[in-house]
Amino acid sequence: MARISGVDLNKNKRGEIALTYIYGIGKVTAKKILTANNIDVNTKVKDWTDENVNGIVRYLADNLKLEGELRGETQQNIKRLQDIGCYRGIRHRKGLPVRGQSSKTNARTRKGKRKTVANKKMVTK
Amino acid sequence: MGRSIKKGPYVAFKLGKKVEKMNASGKRTVIKTWSRPSMILPDMIGHTFAVHNGQKFIPVYVTENMVGHRLGEFSPTRQFRGHGGNKKK
Repeated sequence: MARISGVDLNKNKRGEIALTYIYGIGKVTAKKILTANNIDVNTKVKDWTDENVNGIVRYLADNLKLEGELRGETQQNIKRLQDIGCYRGIRHRKGLPVRGQSSKTNARTRKGKRKTVANKKMVTK
Repeated sequence: MGRSIKKGPYVAFKLGKKVEKMNASGKRTVIKTWSRPSMILPDMIGHTFAVHNGQKFIPVYVTENMVGHRLGEFSPTRQFRGHGGNKKK
């Protein structure tokens, strides 16, 4: 069982894929890490030697910001925008799209589940 | 695409001159401006700008964190008045 920066890696997966389970590592980064340590991307995690694992751990410590640290940085960046009160900060505060997308319809990822407003007044003739 | 480095950050010519003058004289007064796309430079820290939002001038006090943003980002052009709801009679 390989445990890297607080995340258990699935030992039945290929190294390239297993590494992406860590927050902050995608497929491209995973490939880079493995080639830097001379490990084949197709080697499964259970076939890594201890030396391989140590190499990866060292590489990550030297080059990348991951997991909690990275999440904290992202939060700080958002907080900075909110504190200075710029447009992007205001959008973050309101939970609306930040990058100029339309929000008249859709934008559900940011706005969350639909909140239906009940009972529009009936039209009387 | 970003702006060419050769040109430097964009600041409306008149606005730049006003800031320079204020820095030289050490005075701090509000600068009225319509120039929303002007970039905030380190020399502008501590000044207050009245940035036009299409209707009125919004006072913006520039702090260190704002450097690199544009004046318009701090002067919202739309005002959200809320959706429907029962209006009180």
